Amino acid sequence: MKYIDEYRDAAAARKLADQLARVTTRPWTLMEVCGGQTHAIVKFGIDTLLPKGVELVHGPGCPVCVTPLELIDKAIAIASRPEVTFCSFGDMLRVPGSERDLLSVKADGRDVRIVYSPLDAVKYAAAHPEREVVFFAVGFETTAPANAMAVAQAHQLGLKNFSLLVSHVLVPPAIEALMSSRQNRVQGFLAAGHVCVIMGVEEYAPLAAKYKVPIVVTGFEPLDILQGVLMAVTQLEEGRAEVENQYARAVRPEGNRPAQRVVQDIFEVVHRKWRGIGEIPRSGLRLREPYRAFDAELKFDVTGVTTEESSECISGLIMQGLKKPHECPAFGTRCTPEHPLGATMVSSEGACAAYYRYRRTT
Amino acid sequence: MCLGIPGRIESITDTGELTRAGKVSFGGIQKEVSLAYVPDAQVGDYVIVHVGFAISKVNEDEAKQVFAYLKEMDELQELDEAAPPPTS
Repeated sequence: MKYIDEYRDAAAARKLADQLARVTTRPWTLMEVCGGQTHAIVKFGIDTLLPKGVELVHGPGCPVCVTPLELIDKAIAIASRPEVTFCSFGDMLRVPGSERDLLSVKADGRDVRIVYSPLDAVKYAAAHPEREVVFFAVGFETTAPANAMAVAQAHQLGLKNFSLLVSHVLVPPAIEALMSSRQNRVQGFLAAGHVCVIMGVEEYAPLAAKYKVPIVVTGFEPLDILQGVLMAVTQLEEGRAEVENQYARAVRPEGNRPAQRVVQDIFEVVHRKWRGIGEIPRSGLRLREPYRAFDAELKFDVTGVTTEESSECISGLIMQGLKKPHECPAFGTRCTPEHPLGATMVSSEGACAAYYRYRRTT
Repeated sequence: MCLGIPGRIESITDTGELTRAGKVSFGGIQKEVSLAYVPDAQVGDYVIVHVGFAISKVNEDEAKQVFAYLKEMDELQELDEAAPPPTS
């Protein structure tokens, strides 16, 4: 497929890897923020092409993985109501809540559906006024415009039977939290390409300056990631700490203005809890006052649900790049994709799932 | 996290501000996609699609940039090989 295959050319990848080896004189630790990048790195073995000492640690950029346990329990509580048609992306269905997951709610005969787009849920709500349709709105800045548009269209259509269970998080506050933690060893970032397609690159400049780390907005194919690492290491070797845009074929410096406008109209920034990491200030989104009728947490009165995290799962450490999946005692034994202890093993973009599928030992 | 797949706009099926949409083909598979966030994208353009929404129009020139860089590296290398080694 165009704009994919050519970025998987092996000879070109080796050339970039050779150039990277030529410019690298010291060990460097970089973090790729996005779970999609983590998967490409492990799937294509990009980390095995890197020179000795250049290490990629995996970031918290997997929306399924950072969704707090209590929100899964709230989703299960809502989905268990007979009048509700609960719509979600596929990988949210298998994330374990305190007692069960959404798939088991579906197995009990409740109406739990997988959708490709939030607009599918809006269309279903319009066609079935007798049903209470709820969409599980999980994601980073990339997905916020889609969920915001679903609310805008439902509002325009005057739908009373549509609502969102919102679990939206933002990347820059997470980078800030990682950098200010004492154990941090990350010296540069590969920023999430599709988040920056929406938000642009400017909001990363203050972070690069404050923490003196290069931040390279990077795509998802092997050549993108290798070039992103090359650009970051070149900066580190030259003592620079700037924002650069490797994924310029898709990312404009100012981002996608029309998308930003709809998101700002529908959502507002709030403090939000991240699974395994805790609360990060101003790191999430909530529906604004005029759209509160579309907030499923209020509509179905589940705001009181609170739960404790499973102690055995170390997904928090993995998402902060402090541990790798195979360093977890439960990895591949008590914790597998069939019986996941935590979200990083369930999600198709979780680091543990990537290691389990493409690489068991290293 | 945010899978975005590039596809080609084959037709525009709705021109409403919030509901602008069209058919996009991904190497043969066609899907109805919202084009509300790429108001200037037309038939024949490539767009990055995420959860049924086109979020960006692919910039053709920028897409070639990494290959131009690789070509430049090749030429530099040929120069190095052609130049006689420094006599110490």
